[in-house]
Amino acid sequence: MALKPPEPAGIQVSRAPSSGAVTDADARAVEGSVLTTTVDRVVRWARRNSVWPVQFGLACCAIEMISAAQSRYDIARFGSELFRASPRQSDLMIVSGRVSQKMAPVLKHIHEQMLEPKWVIAMGDCASCGGVFNNYALVQGVDKLVPVDVYVAGCPPRPEALLFGFTKLQELIARGTRRRPS
Amino acid sequence: MTGAAAEALARTLAGLAVAEERFRDEVTLVVPAERILEALGQAREAGFAVLTDLTAIDRLPVEPRFEVVYLLTNYTTPARVRIKVRVDADDPVLPSAIPVYPGANWLEREVFDMFGIRFDGHPDLRRILMPDDWEGHPLRKDFPLVEEPVHFVGHVPKVPSAIIPKTPRTPPTPPR
Amino acid sequence: MSELARETLVLNMGPHHPSTHGVLRLILELEGEVILRADPVIGYLHTGFEKEMETRTYHQNIVFPPRIEYLATMIEEHAYVLAVEKLLGVRAPERAETIRIILAELSRIASHLVWLGTSAIDVNVTSMLMYCFNDRERVMDILEMVSGQRMMHGYMRVGGLQWDVPAGFTEQVRAFAEALPARLDEYERLLSDNLIWRERTEGIAVLSYEDALRYGCTGPIGRGSGVRYDVRKAFPYGGYETYDFDIPLGSRGDSYDRYTVRMEEMRQSRRLILQALDRLRDGPVIVDDRKVALPPRGELVRSMEAVIHQFKLVSEGFHPPAGEVYSAVESPRGEKGYYLVSDGGNRPVRARVRSPSFNNLQALPVMIYRNMVSDVVVAIASIDIVLGDVDR
Repeated sequence: MALKPPEPAGIQVSRAPSSGAVTDADARAVEGSVLTTTVDRVVRWARRNSVWPVQFGLACCAIEMISAAQSRYDIARFGSELFRASPRQSDLMIVSGRVSQKMAPVLKHIHEQMLEPKWVIAMGDCASCGGVFNNYALVQGVDKLVPVDVYVAGCPPRPEALLFGFTKLQELIARGTRRRPS
Repeated sequence: MTGAAAEALARTLAGLAVAEERFRDEVTLVVPAERILEALGQAREAGFAVLTDLTAIDRLPVEPRFEVVYLLTNYTTPARVRIKVRVDADDPVLPSAIPVYPGANWLEREVFDMFGIRFDGHPDLRRILMPDDWEGHPLRKDFPLVEEPVHFVGHVPKVPSAIIPKTPRTPPTPPR
Repeated sequence: MSELARETLVLNMGPHHPSTHGVLRLILELEGEVILRADPVIGYLHTGFEKEMETRTYHQNIVFPPRIEYLATMIEEHAYVLAVEKLLGVRAPERAETIRIILAELSRIASHLVWLGTSAIDVNVTSMLMYCFNDRERVMDILEMVSGQRMMHGYMRVGGLQWDVPAGFTEQVRAFAEALPARLDEYERLLSDNLIWRERTEGIAVLSYEDALRYGCTGPIGRGSGVRYDVRKAFPYGGYETYDFDIPLGSRGDSYDRYTVRMEEMRQSRRLILQALDRLRDGPVIVDDRKVALPPRGELVRSMEAVIHQFKLVSEGFHPPAGEVYSAVESPRGEKGYYLVSDGGNRPVRARVRSPSFNNLQALPVMIYRNMVSDVVVAIASIDIVLGDVDR
């Protein structure tokens, strides 16, 4: 009796004739396991699922941002596993809190140090429009300094609101929409 | 608070003080500017070891314009007392309280930043809250709040602080 | 050679820094790793609260205090409304005072949990942030149930509270208070005898008793240095004089003592909450004075006077007598006081916020003198500053 090594279970061994022609079964197997797309879409998929924010907590909204990153409103499940301390290693700046006159150049500097592509979420009313404080000390909206992609309203916005804004940003990245010129 | 210690201090400083105000159980002593360090020193001797707060009030248009307020606390027999100095508007300057209370350092910088009142003898009198090149002293009454008016459809744009306007002391209500 | 030995390095830390607990900038002068001089630069979060509060009525100003110290929001509101009530000469009814004490102590626990989580993560105990914020979420649930908002509640009013607590409040608070000691025991098991934690915090950033008095350091940082001063005991307010609680004191004034003081304070807060829950009786939650507090809605359809009072209070606000008051509470950082000056009008002439973090931070250069650069992070964490409170 000829000894043959046993065929491992589960692996389809091709019985194709040695002529090399591709059968229908092969074509269907390939279609089921390969997808065609554009490079852009793959890159956008990768970018939107791994947006790393820079740690830029300024005031009260920062506490809700930290809560959004903790175990109840886990932001890591959306891909933001890490809030990087260095702007060079991050994609997203969540401006969480009020921007004072003294802090404005610092914010601009940090934003310039971030590498493209980068996005900005203005979290809270103070970052969006100056909020409750309409006075000499605060910049009335961070979009006077940096281009903003998503505004999340609230004082402070709930962590769920921030996550909603975050998913809006992910949709924006997926569509590849250019941000509106500010 | 009117504790025995505050009363005792009020008596001790009675010679120095030019006025005494009492409202809701609190003692405020007004001393002239040239005797303020003496008053603070005596308060410290009397057990008021902590300078809890140092601030100023702009009483425009009343003259003298500024009142610099020192809030002192005695931790052992809990008591509080306020010592006030009235300062004129043109070239407001006071001696620095740092020799008596070292904690006055930042507090005096803040008063300088917000009101423009200088403190002689302060080692490092510069702005603390506003940017270093800021012009003006924000908490003065003639420094505007710098509000942007809020636009509503169909209404005249208003600044938020004008929505409920300032009303002065209530006039007596007419009898019903 | 002696020239080289004295060469110092000036290092800038912040304002954008993961461990400065906000936008604080430190300019450190180092000799090797040893700090010779530290110069904190603040003002990066200056919001102009005091000027804003001069342009609004006393009732409108309730919005601002929780945004100043945003970690212990109920305590901030408590501080402000107590000052206005003192100015007016009214006192909130007993049920309102009891509920205020419960909410204030819950806020204190929440704030200390944030301190513990962020201090621990600064020393790289990364899981503590998750644990502490998880516990804090339970406090946030209670505060949300009561006021509708997780932070910035706007729940306390001049004369009492906005509305009564909903059904289920006492059960939820009691459940939280019952579950708290087990959590605190677990944190202490992790940290208190931990060799790394002790090495990093014992003997670090020592503040002597004299320096604590000199710089007016109150709160856990003063008590950690042995200063026996707690506003709730020294100048009791809002009903605290009738409650039974202890003040933990440290002896050495280092970061470890401040840690133990805060852990014990959380337990004492729990004790206060349980006592307050037992004392909760039915009654009104806002004072009956129509010149100060809005009339209940039902009365508006029955009484013309109620409508007029409502109109005057909303469109103009109340007019306190001319005078000035200073009223302080014990916030998790120290003595938080409001100095309100009134001239009889509907807006304060001056609303000064006595900020505990401002005075405490002033002592930082004294505390970290001759410590190493890596201890600055532990020192800032142990002072537990809130930059909104420092800069106002």
